[in-house]
Amino acid sequence: MDTIATLIAHYNYVVTVFLMMTGLYIVVARGNLVKKLIGLAIFQTSVYLLYIEPGKIIGGTAPILDPAFSIYTNPLPHVLILTAIVVGVATLALGLALVVRINEAYGTVEEDEIIRRDREP
Amino acid sequence: MSAVAQHLPALQVVVPLLGAVLVAFLRRGGPAFAIALAVSWAMPAIAVALLWQVLHTGTISYALGGWEPPFGIEYRVDILNAFVLVLVSGVGAVTMPYAYRSVGFEIPEERRAWFYCMYLLCLAGLLGITVTGDAFNAFVFLEISSLATYVLIALGPDRRALLAAFQYLIMGTIGATFYVIGVGLLYLLTGSLNLADVAVRLEPAWADHARTIVAALAFITVGISLKLALFPLHAWLPNAYAYAPSWVTAFLSATATKVAIYLLIRYFFSIFGVSIDFRHLPVTEIVIALSVAAMLIASLIAVFETDVKRMLAYSSVAQIGYITLGIGLVNQAGLTGGLVHVVNHAVMKAVLFLALGAIFFRAGTVKLDELAGIGRRMPLTMTAFTLAGFSLVGTPGTVGFISKWYLAVGALDRGWWLLVAVIVASSMIALIYVGRVLEVAWLRAPSPQSGKASEPPLAMLLPVAVMAVATVYFGIDTEWTAGIAGAAAKALLGGLR
Repeated sequence: MDTIATLIAHYNYVVTVFLMMTGLYIVVARGNLVKKLIGLAIFQTSVYLLYIEPGKIIGGTAPILDPAFSIYTNPLPHVLILTAIVVGVATLALGLALVVRINEAYGTVEEDEIIRRDREP
Repeated sequence: MSAVAQHLPALQVVVPLLGAVLVAFLRRGGPAFAIALAVSWAMPAIAVALLWQVLHTGTISYALGGWEPPFGIEYRVDILNAFVLVLVSGVGAVTMPYAYRSVGFEIPEERRAWFYCMYLLCLAGLLGITVTGDAFNAFVFLEISSLATYVLIALGPDRRALLAAFQYLIMGTIGATFYVIGVGLLYLLTGSLNLADVAVRLEPAWADHARTIVAALAFITVGISLKLALFPLHAWLPNAYAYAPSWVTAFLSATATKVAIYLLIRYFFSIFGVSIDFRHLPVTEIVIALSVAAMLIASLIAVFETDVKRMLAYSSVAQIGYITLGIGLVNQAGLTGGLVHVVNHAVMKAVLFLALGAIFFRAGTVKLDELAGIGRRMPLTMTAFTLAGFSLVGTPGTVGFISKWYLAVGALDRGWWLLVAVIVASSMIALIYVGRVLEVAWLRAPSPQSGKASEPPLAMLLPVAVMAVATVYFGIDTEWTAGIAGAAAKALLGGLR
């Protein structure tokens, strides 16, 4: 009961972990290369959530200095995640470029089909 | 001059980055190579200067942009860093002349400038991971070097290089993301991203948040292990090494995994080990178990490979097992063995892959049966290959023996005789797969493919020869390799709880 109450109170972390596991599952379980990349993107997005959620301080306002306020939300996770998002975009772009080249070379983007075509002489 | 000397840690990363941008603007293969060569030769100068400074005046702490740590990003150079910096920049410098002919042979004209651009980005990323003292900065450089590596591998002549690069991209990104999760947990625990600061702040957090600290350690270890190809997470390595251009395989085998190993050592000994007693963390036992698996299983797989490049790739996985064994032993001799094997393996594998690249350049193949008798047609290249092969086995008088000696002493210091038996057994298996190649190359009649081979051009032969001589020289005079590794190990172990 206590655990369930904690989980409901922290539902945002439950969503984060769910996205993380979904992303990883898609990468492993799907053979289509584009779908793998989508799974990877979902996995990376869940990590962004993992950083930003604790950054919100309860009772904190926007992180702009003002004499009327004493508690501010932490802006550092947002900065880190901007960097991580850029890295994620670059990875996704590179992955998709590779998929385009693979499609040109093999005529398909299904991983098992590609492996089969390599095995034949 | 002093103004430049002050900013050496930053220059180590900035110069290759600017070089990459310059090459991207120039777009022509010839000038691109010239810039890459100039940058590659400048990097060891900076690295050696940093090592000199560290050996004489102690750890260098450089605040990037003048922002003081722990709020600003800090570049922190101590003996361990400087050692790895010299290795990475040295390998790049020595092998760059080789790249001109090798790249000219394997990569089409219009892609050569992009190749050198990616190489410079990869170099900047690798040097950046080594020199930084900030956890998230390490992630950024890790991804810079990894993305550049994926492109370098995809430039391979065979179309299977594309799928190999894609699979490496998926696994590498998962690894980097695991690392980021670990860093996120550390940030939540300590409120800091500066590695030295986190080490100090982790200690009081152990009482209430032991589970989170262990979770952070687990995520970081798994994430970095994916990058360094520790045993069950090595699946990307054989394909990536087998299908990448020859020079890329040589460079990556000597540098990429080594830098990931450096990062793991940094986290184990300088961050987690400083605040938490290793006996509370089961991580060293797991690392030793996986290392033993790597040493035996990967060596056995190598025995059955018919493609020599793939065989050497599996051999790399086994050799990385030696290094992680040294890390897992957590004593002076063991850690020295692991660290000195970082350098020794880099030099050995670079010679092997470069020699193989020269053979591919002349004979057009790397399949074992098609390389019969190549020793008679390319004697100097095969001699270098033979020397490095003997070093891989651990013949006394070569560098391989030095690493295995330290590792065996480290295992004996812990009283684990079985580990010494495993080291010897794995060396015997290495003798089988190396011996197979030597027998085919030297003792058989030349095949049609090796019949048309001859010695490679001097630009390719010289780096191979220089590094082959190094495998013997550093096996006899170990002051610069084992001496510095020992000093680094002492510094790391001295900080442990």
